[in-house]
Amino acid sequence: MVKKKTVSVLMSLIMLVSLALVGCSSSSSTEESSADDKKVIKFMHLWPEGSSNAQFSIVKDIIEEYEKEHTDIKVETEILNPDQYREKLKVLASSNELPDIGMTWSDGFIKPYVEGDMLAPLDDIVDANLKDAFIPGVKESYAVDGKTYGLPLELNISYVFYNKEIFEKFNLDVPQTFEEYKNVVKTLADNGVVPATVGAKDGWPASFWFMYLADRIGGSTILTDVIHGKAKMDDPAIVKAAEEVQNLVDMGGFVKGSSALSNDDAKGYFMNEQAAMFLTATWELPNYTTSPDVSQEFKDKIGYFKFPTYEGGKGTDINSYVGGPGVGLFVAKDSKVQKEAKDFSAYLVKKWGEKSVTDAGVIPATKVDTDNLDLAPMYIEILKDLSEASNVTTYFDTQSSPAVSELHHDLVTALFGKQVTPEDFVKQHADELAQEQE
Amino acid sequence: MKGVMSNKFVITLYVLPALILILLLIYIPIVLTGYYGLMDWNGIGKMKFIGLENYIELVQDKKFWQSTWHSLLLGIFSTVSLVGYLVLSLILASKIKGANFLRKIYLIPMLLSSVAIGQLWAKIFDPTNGMINRLLVMLGVDNPPLWLADSNIVLYALFIPIVWQYAGFYIIIFYAALKNVPEELIEAAKIDGANPIQIAYKIKIPLISGVIKVMVILAIVGSLKYFDLIFVLTGGGPNGASEVMASYMYREAFSKYNFGYGSAIGFGLLVICLIMTWLIQKLLTSKEDVQF
Repeated sequence: MVKKKTVSVLMSLIMLVSLALVGCSSSSSTEESSADDKKVIKFMHLWPEGSSNAQFSIVKDIIEEYEKEHTDIKVETEILNPDQYREKLKVLASSNELPDIGMTWSDGFIKPYVEGDMLAPLDDIVDANLKDAFIPGVKESYAVDGKTYGLPLELNISYVFYNKEIFEKFNLDVPQTFEEYKNVVKTLADNGVVPATVGAKDGWPASFWFMYLADRIGGSTILTDVIHGKAKMDDPAIVKAAEEVQNLVDMGGFVKGSSALSNDDAKGYFMNEQAAMFLTATWELPNYTTSPDVSQEFKDKIGYFKFPTYEGGKGTDINSYVGGPGVGLFVAKDSKVQKEAKDFSAYLVKKWGEKSVTDAGVIPATKVDTDNLDLAPMYIEILKDLSEASNVTTYFDTQSSPAVSELHHDLVTALFGKQVTPEDFVKQHADELAQEQE
Repeated sequence: MKGVMSNKFVITLYVLPALILILLLIYIPIVLTGYYGLMDWNGIGKMKFIGLENYIELVQDKKFWQSTWHSLLLGIFSTVSLVGYLVLSLILASKIKGANFLRKIYLIPMLLSSVAIGQLWAKIFDPTNGMINRLLVMLGVDNPPLWLADSNIVLYALFIPIVWQYAGFYIIIFYAALKNVPEELIEAAKIDGANPIQIAYKIKIPLISGVIKVMVILAIVGSLKYFDLIFVLTGGGPNGASEVMASYMYREAFSKYNFGYGSAIGFGLLVICLIMTWLIQKLLTSKEDVQF
């Protein structure tokens, strides 16, 4: 009996010791890898292999190249889809555990992180490696108090994309002025075709219409001025813009029930050729040019035009755009490998600029030399437009604080659903903005 | 063994792991939520203590009370739908042919994720291409309702998938409870000449009243903190017409970065849930419990 007990005790002791040994060996092995002198850079991004394959592959290739060139560095990635990424970043920030490199949006998004003293200024690497690399004005969207905290990767510009076949069928020309645009809407609506599709439930896609109208009526700086307190939201031009939106709604200018449609729902109408026009941004370009998932027949039917000018409006230049930087890279202030992380992010931005147009159809925030690239004609045209752009007004909801941005989305949805009047629309904005500037 | 189990130390040892988990994961966060409600905090930067300001604002916030009303409406609607589930379960439990198969059919929505259900119903409710409106147009309706885009009906349109989603859950539980009703009682009633409706009303339902009570509480409390489908389908819009307490909380905390106020809403939600649970128990325990 006693013997049996000793045996079992012995057995369990052996087990414990072996477990402990296993623990030792595994921990020593990790130490070895870092003793291998490899510095680990943690990099979080938002292009999963499944949903953003092209972007994912580009980043993966760049990392591999970089690791080959810098044998002492290992880049570890963590990949989430954009919505999850936003949530996780916030949680990580509140517990001060940001990755060494991560992705950020500009203006209103990046500000709290900078104010929370969590990001490292990147002006040194911009000066050293990326001088004059960016399209003017884009990098500034990631600056707070004159210091740059993000390296922009993407630039999006909004255009009206339209179905040429539908336009031809009703003998319509591309409108140059808003009056002409209204005639187009009228013809289409009278013939039972949805003139334009818009996902007003999400707010931001519908805001493109409002922002362009404000730009054309009130001039290209008016919305930026409102945010910086230099103009008032209840400026007659802005009220007028909101009124024109509702005029279009009344004319049947938008898809029915738009205030319950998400951007993807609305996009479906355009992709299925049920709607003639879709005001969206250049991130949709692959669907009209390179994407293998869309039929060539459809792609051939799609053209684009610049948002028409408004008779008697202050924004007379059709080459003024509403747009904005997409995501950019940040480097965490508390990173233990800050120097290496900065170096890698500069490398990534450079390489990204070379590969993103051709491989992913993304317009990068860096200047592109189109001469040596084999691109779809629409890209060449749009890259040319960009070089001629007189102004790019950053999306109102990107420029404003999260609270104003959220309110703006709600109000735009209500504007399209006719649940607020134009006067009330601007007043509620003005109140929130005033509260913020207090 | 008995000696061991009455040892205070051993008892503590056994209870401790669960207690620590519950404290860590449930009670401490509740206290923390109440505490964050006292702060002006964007979730990232430094917190600023502002006392009861958030709570005072909450009590005066029309949007909050509107969302509370919507949540309560959903609670009432879910409770009423319990009657339907109960009838269905009574039919299923009365040994009809294919009861097993039907039960599985009712359960399937429970197995789908809320987001999938949301996507499905978004397609069904689509104003032009949706199943419902296509059908209505085919039937000759000129201007079918816009469902989720119409602020007057959006809330009721949303209740349909929500009720549909949970049907299986309630039916399974009612069904299991009904199966536990002793066969002898029903047989005795039959011999006495009771018809199926009398059997259901006088025997089965009183005998499962305990379960019904629990279901009512689950339905109401579940409705008060309901979030998933509303968030996926409308996000609380248009113009706040389908905002419920949980979506309002989410919006304040995660979209507007207003964590302090968001926490105050969360705490308000908890208090309202507690009051409702207490009220329902008060209302329902007045009757004598039937035993068998």
